[in-house]
Amino acid sequence: MVRRDGPDDPDASGGPDDPGGTGGPADPARPGLTRRRLFRGGAAAGLGAGAFMGAAALGERLLTPSRPAEKEPLHGGRTVPYHGSRQAGVETPPQAHARFVAVDLKKDVDAEGVRRLLRLLSDDTAKLTQGDPALADSEPELAGVPARLTVTFGFGAGLVERVDPGAVPAWLAPLPEFSRDRLAPEWSGGDLLLQICADDPLTVAHAARMLGKDVRAFGAVRWAQEGFRRSYGSQPEGTTMRNLMGQVDGTNNPAPGSEDFERLVWIGDEGPEWLRGGTGLVLRRIAMDLDAWDRLDRPGREEAVGRRLSDGAPLTGTREHDEPDFTAATPLGFPKIAEFAHIRRARSDDPDERFFRRGYNYEAASGDGADSAGLIFAAYQADAVRQFVPIQRRLDDLDLLNEWVVAIGSAVFAVPPGHGEGGFIGEGLFAP
Amino acid sequence: MPIPRLRLTVAAMTAATVTLSGCGAADGSAPDPSPGSAQGADDQAASVEVADAWVKAATEEDGMTGVFGTLDNTGEQEATVTAADAGDVAGLVELHEVATGEDGNPAMQEKEGGFPVGGGAAHTLEPGGDHIMLMELGRDLEPGEEIAVELEFADGSALEFTAPVKDYEGANENYQEGGGDGGHEGHGEDGGDDEYGEGMDH
Repeated sequence: MVRRDGPDDPDASGGPDDPGGTGGPADPARPGLTRRRLFRGGAAAGLGAGAFMGAAALGERLLTPSRPAEKEPLHGGRTVPYHGSRQAGVETPPQAHARFVAVDLKKDVDAEGVRRLLRLLSDDTAKLTQGDPALADSEPELAGVPARLTVTFGFGAGLVERVDPGAVPAWLAPLPEFSRDRLAPEWSGGDLLLQICADDPLTVAHAARMLGKDVRAFGAVRWAQEGFRRSYGSQPEGTTMRNLMGQVDGTNNPAPGSEDFERLVWIGDEGPEWLRGGTGLVLRRIAMDLDAWDRLDRPGREEAVGRRLSDGAPLTGTREHDEPDFTAATPLGFPKIAEFAHIRRARSDDPDERFFRRGYNYEAASGDGADSAGLIFAAYQADAVRQFVPIQRRLDDLDLLNEWVVAIGSAVFAVPPGHGEGGFIGEGLFAP
Repeated sequence: MPIPRLRLTVAAMTAATVTLSGCGAADGSAPDPSPGSAQGADDQAASVEVADAWVKAATEEDGMTGVFGTLDNTGEQEATVTAADAGDVAGLVELHEVATGEDGNPAMQEKEGGFPVGGGAAHTLEPGGDHIMLMELGRDLEPGEEIAVELEFADGSALEFTAPVKDYEGANENYQEGGGDGGHEGHGEDGGDDEYGEGMDH
């Protein structure tokens, strides 16, 4: 059965690959959808066996004979609630596109100014995330595809100080210096962060534009970083992302909703009152020297990390989520996971020295410099000094990956809890 | 839903309390609060809701700005807005429309007869169309603050709502006459680094 299977395959429906035998014209909603295409797509995406079978099962379902052809459901209308006790965009399964925008507040913006700004941002975010135009939206038609839009607000120390200098938690400050960092001010710091995520890049652009107009009377963009993952729907939800070095990145993350996650990520009674139900964000721009990485062969790449490239399994295991065996040795007596391997160095004996990662890849399509590709490393934890800094110290001391990656930007933000209807983000900071 | 449909008060408001100094609207179409049209559930104000209201940011020096939003008439009878008031914020408030002027360009002008809203219908106030014009501004209207506006209806009933101030580059046709400097500069002026905290340079 040799068939053309280009995207415009006119025989995609009604032919031998169509057990439904509708014989009718191809459904325009799923042009060229064939069982083989699904297989091929799965293989091309480099999925593991489980995911491959998932795609096959999907094919069975879509092509079941008794089922009339139906349109593929669109996902542009999907929404994530905005109002709530916690902000969206942390536990939310990562959307495909993200923009992180840091703002410097003007000098003359006082507590009342901050309040006015946060109320504008909250009201417009509540509308945009639900697919409604922002107030005075100049392009309301662009707002109709929310595509799981979330906007997560983070406060730098500079914003909190304007409202209540006594409310700044100790960890809300630049990280201590790390010897290998090469931080650029244009990628570091900021008084206010907008983390804008959606499964549609046009949605991200419109939200960033509208919220940017709310901001401009109060401050200016200090930096903006754009990141991406796989498109929505190209892999099963929950698939660990890959970074541009090809590595499965984030396997050891605490699971949202788990007890671990609750304790490690969300700020509880031990934190300042205005931050309970919030978290802290460490955002680092990590540049990758992909040209140098090219010179490393596959075994070398796997040894540097301690995981297989094919599926992310530790070099001592067979599946991605197998627990690494750091004591296992080769026949020659060397550790199977090297002393310098990233996963060994990134792990602490202290179970509290962990955090939740929700990163994005970045790439400057025209770039050929040191910052043409990398990772927007977003780590969420209740206390960055207690949880993040010790791990980064270990990596700074020794991690073979340091040969190919370097942090060029760094910022720390307090992510306040969410709020209900009628309220605004960070309102607890203003409590009398 | 985040901008609540505000129906704060249906204040008893008679023509005598309307202080639109020198405003043509007040003279020309002053409401006639006949004794029969007492304030109640069936007056015009009670059937109208204001949704998604906002005010374009402006400085006292700008002198004037617009109020926009949607007037939803949930009642069966037509309701007509005949005047508006914004307290100390504006010395003069008029109901305006944008029409093609003699030179062929859009120009704002006072809308005769006010804003009629049919029963079950909505009337949109938007840049480039009908709007409430705030003139003789008494102070700067800064983004994020809430401005209270009172609408007066043909039967003498009144409705107060609040509208947040938004930074907005458009709605400039409204400022072509009477403003003197023609056009309106938005906020967000690009000053030097000294507008910002020390964070800019570290």
